[in-house]
Amino acid sequence: MSAIALVFGTLFGALIDLNKPGNYIHWGFIQMSYGNLIVIILMVIVFFAAILIPFKTHKDKGGDR
Amino acid sequence: MTIADPKAPRPDQADLDKAADRPEDADQWTAKIRTAAVEALPPQRMLPDRQPAYVASWIYVFGVTTIAALCMVIATGFVLAIFGPNWWHVSSTGLFVNSLHLWSVEIFMFAMVIHLWGKFFMAAWRGKRKATWISGVVVFLVSVGAAFTGYLSQQNFDSQWISTQAKDGINSTGAGAIFNVTNFGQMIMWHIVLLPLVVVALVGLHVLMVRLRGVVTPFAAKNETPGVQPGSDTAGAEVQA
Repeated sequence: MSAIALVFGTLFGALIDLNKPGNYIHWGFIQMSYGNLIVIILMVIVFFAAILIPFKTHKDKGGDR
Repeated sequence: MTIADPKAPRPDQADLDKAADRPEDADQWTAKIRTAAVEALPPQRMLPDRQPAYVASWIYVFGVTTIAALCMVIATGFVLAIFGPNWWHVSSTGLFVNSLHLWSVEIFMFAMVIHLWGKFFMAAWRGKRKATWISGVVVFLVSVGAAFTGYLSQQNFDSQWISTQAKDGINSTGAGAIFNVTNFGQMIMWHIVLLPLVVVALVGLHVLMVRLRGVVTPFAAKNETPGVQPGSDTAGAEVQA
């Protein structure tokens, strides 16, 4: 294993250990893995970012759209 | 067009093009289909240069992001199919392509869900676009099936776990009689033949319908499209900004 792979593996391996049973949240009858929860939160963040962040158009660059 | 003299020089394609659209041929099924197709989807509508001003938002990017991810899924799927499981499980290149396939699917589903949310909140079924909306919903459901059979085709402990967990649910619906999630051969055939064909066909249909009706007008832009009545059939047509 290269030195870079060892460093990254150690860093992220400590954060996200996939060599053990997954962690789940329990909310009433709803059960969800933290992985799925993170993806859903990311989708919500990207959704609002897509609405709020201005889109650069040709008009902004001085041309006709 | 008929060629009277078999010894006469064979006409080239330009001659055949000139011979097309003759009034006496108008009742032929080829002419009828061609005329209807060109009238419904002329080239400038199929591949437009301009879009309405309201399309200048990041929320409109996620449909094409989904299609780009689908192209990557299919391209990497082709490579995986060429070399097979022994390659994608063992060699470093195979593992890399396998990962590309997985992460392309992740981006595909991620972008498709944001596309769905965006279209839901702008009520994109307005203006005779119900079929477009419904086709999108069907593509989403079929894609879930395609991804599911993909997870079952991994040939690892994950796929064993998923299949044994899923079989009870599937069997309780009665579908297990024809759809056996523990049957690897059946699952991989669904994954690499049936479901990709359905997804690609439906995505193609979905895009054609979007081109046919144009992008839906957002609520806030009702008064920003001159000459177009809000909610009318032409709302959202290619209005030059």
